[in-house]
Amino acid sequence: MTEFVSALLLQSGYNAALVAIGSALLGLAAGGTGTFVFLRKRALISDAAAHSTLPGIGLAFIIMVALGGDGRNLFGLIAGSALSAIVGLLVVDWITKSTRLPEDAAIGAVLSVFFGFGVVLLTVIQVMSAGKQAGLEGYLLGSTAGMLFQEAATIALVGAISAGALLLLHRRMIVVAFDPQYAETMGFSVRATDLMTMGLVLLVTVIGLKVVGLILIVALLIIPPVTARFWTNRVDRLVTIAAVSGGLAAYIGAALSAAYPKVPTGAIIVLVSFVMFAISFLLAPERGVVGSLLRHLRFQHRVHRRQGLLELARGETIYDRMTLRVLQRAGYLRGDGVATLAGRAAAAQELKNEARWEIARRRNIEFADAARFDGLSQIDTVLTADEIAEIDAELSRQIGAVS
Amino acid sequence: MSDVELIARDGDRVGRKDPECPLAIDGLTVSYGDKPAVFSVDTRFGKGRMVAIVGPNGAGKSTLMKAVLGIVPKLAGRALFFGEPFESVRSRVAYVPQRASVDWDFPVRVIDVVLMGLYRSLGIFGMTSKKDIAKAHACLERVGMADFARRQIGQLSGGQQQRVFLARALAQDADLYLLDEPLAGVDAATERAIMSVLKDLKSEGRTVVCVHHDLATVRSYFDDVLLINVRKIADGPVASAFNDRNLQQTYGGRLGATHIAELQQPAG
Ligand SMILES: Nc1ncnc2c1ncn2[C@@H]1O[C@H](COP(=O)(O)OP(=O)(O)OP(=O)(O)O)[C@@H](O)[C@H]1O
Ligand SMILES: [Mg+2]
Repeated sequence: MTEFVSALLLQSGYNAALVAIGSALLGLAAGGTGTFVFLRKRALISDAAAHSTLPGIGLAFIIMVALGGDGRNLFGLIAGSALSAIVGLLVVDWITKSTRLPEDAAIGAVLSVFFGFGVVLLTVIQVMSAGKQAGLEGYLLGSTAGMLFQEAATIALVGAISAGALLLLHRRMIVVAFDPQYAETMGFSVRATDLMTMGLVLLVTVIGLKVVGLILIVALLIIPPVTARFWTNRVDRLVTIAAVSGGLAAYIGAALSAAYPKVPTGAIIVLVSFVMFAISFLLAPERGVVGSLLRHLRFQHRVHRRQGLLELARGETIYDRMTLRVLQRAGYLRGDGVATLAGRAAAAQELKNEARWEIARRRNIEFADAARFDGLSQIDTVLTADEIAEIDAELSRQIGAVS
Repeated sequence: MSDVELIARDGDRVGRKDPECPLAIDGLTVSYGDKPAVFSVDTRFGKGRMVAIVGPNGAGKSTLMKAVLGIVPKLAGRALFFGEPFESVRSRVAYVPQRASVDWDFPVRVIDVVLMGLYRSLGIFGMTSKKDIAKAHACLERVGMADFARRQIGQLSGGQQQRVFLARALAQDADLYLLDEPLAGVDAATERAIMSVLKDLKSEGRTVVCVHHDLATVRSYFDDVLLINVRKIADGPVASAFNDRNLQQTYGGRLGATHIAELQQPAG
């Protein structure tokens, strides 16, 4: 635990600080990029790209060793994984275009075949380098144990590139995701935009391989925007919240990983982002479960209160249990069902408001938002004081005309 | 050689470039597969006119619009906007799709959707200014949706959504408006609101082309009509082209003689 806290505060030494900062930057880039993947519903294809990196990693390692170099050279592995992901994407594209197979089938096939091939290559490498640890397993589930400065710097650089690209491209990405046909008429090519998004996904994937691992990187792309979606209805805020929550999850995850070095970093980061998702799902005020439930209950309460008071005012008997409970709890009704003084006053007030609403509705019938005059809101939150005064004047004229 | 391939060879007839003509279509053929959805259609829409495109379901009306706008590929033929290909005059053309093909749960508010109409004119980082937002509000005002500006787009009714997409097109400040069934499934109040906006556009000298499904209102709403059923049946002023012979030919047996007789009564 103290290990975790000191890692969180960047007090665990140079290497742990490097890991935490590098991971946070990766999370930022992944959350921001992932927002557009999520909005365009491209999560599956991103997962295919990530899984397709494995044979590239294996082949790059074999080739570099064969050439007498270090098989673990970072840039060699990045280049290999990117190339093989591109091949995977091209195969998916080719299958969908040239056969009548749906895209998800093509994705499923490519993802598993590429991954299987990669696993075979890894096994071969292990036999090849008999005994000597190739250390490629870290690319499956992520390991930050021995992150180098070079790796952290690469992540920072790519993170900055993707942030810049998102800033330049976010408008067209938004239109393409929201309304592709309209985007086309605006001159934002859907295909080109999708390609750019995939390009960014590839960038994030190859730099994230070491930290999160290729099996779980898609989670770091998708969970942050899904989490952010609970907090906002506005796309520009969604990107920001997703980036921040991705960064935070990766940062906390990396710190935890310093305390539990045996658990793969990727798994920890994904679990931390899941916790953030669960909290948002429950507690986000706008779209969270608890907030929605409370709003629903409050609304139900208002409906029953109004109904009950109107029935009281008209001297009708109330049967609905819930209505009775609401009125009793408000002190409007005694246990034996007789209205209290306060109850009669409230009922009279409710009747008057009801008459006011009636007039308001009639007067505003032309407005598109006549639905605001629902009789459930507080009347003085919908209408201004002078409007209410005017309505009351009409009300007293009507009453005068009747009597 | 199939019909489609034949037309693909000689469909590329050269028409006169007329910068005054908002949209000139020559030999337009579009097909999904090897059955044409639109076959060798030639027509011209006049400046400052209200034009209805009329035809049965599946006649290729939406396809025609999408093809001239480059949303679906043309097999043959061409469309010139103000004498130019679409790519060079995009900003002068606005499109409202049929019951927009959008993701309704998308995190945008009504005002953000209208702002999309301005995206091409935003700066390099796509930041919106106060002026842009004021303009978007003004467009919402025109379609009577100002009070809904901050709602999420999915929380609107179908007719309200249709108004918002019209407002987005208005924000583009175009000279030619292409609308795919703007009046489908809307109530009388919304229909009145939309028509009054379209009439304003016309009186400002802009051209409005609508795919329209209600034969009873063609006469009262529109100046010109294009009748199509894969092929062009007729085009021209409503008074001459919108006659029962052409309607019978467009709709085949589907349109009874009595129905046509009803349409002959000039609508009030
Ligand atoms: N994406 C598509 N793929 C294959 N066929 C299509 C596609 N879109 C339309 N079609 C076919 O092309 C023909 C013309 O369709 P289109 O949507 O243009 O008709 P429409 O005149 O707009 O009809 P509606 O009045 O129902 O809107 C139809 O037969 C339709 O089945
Ligand atoms: Mg259509």
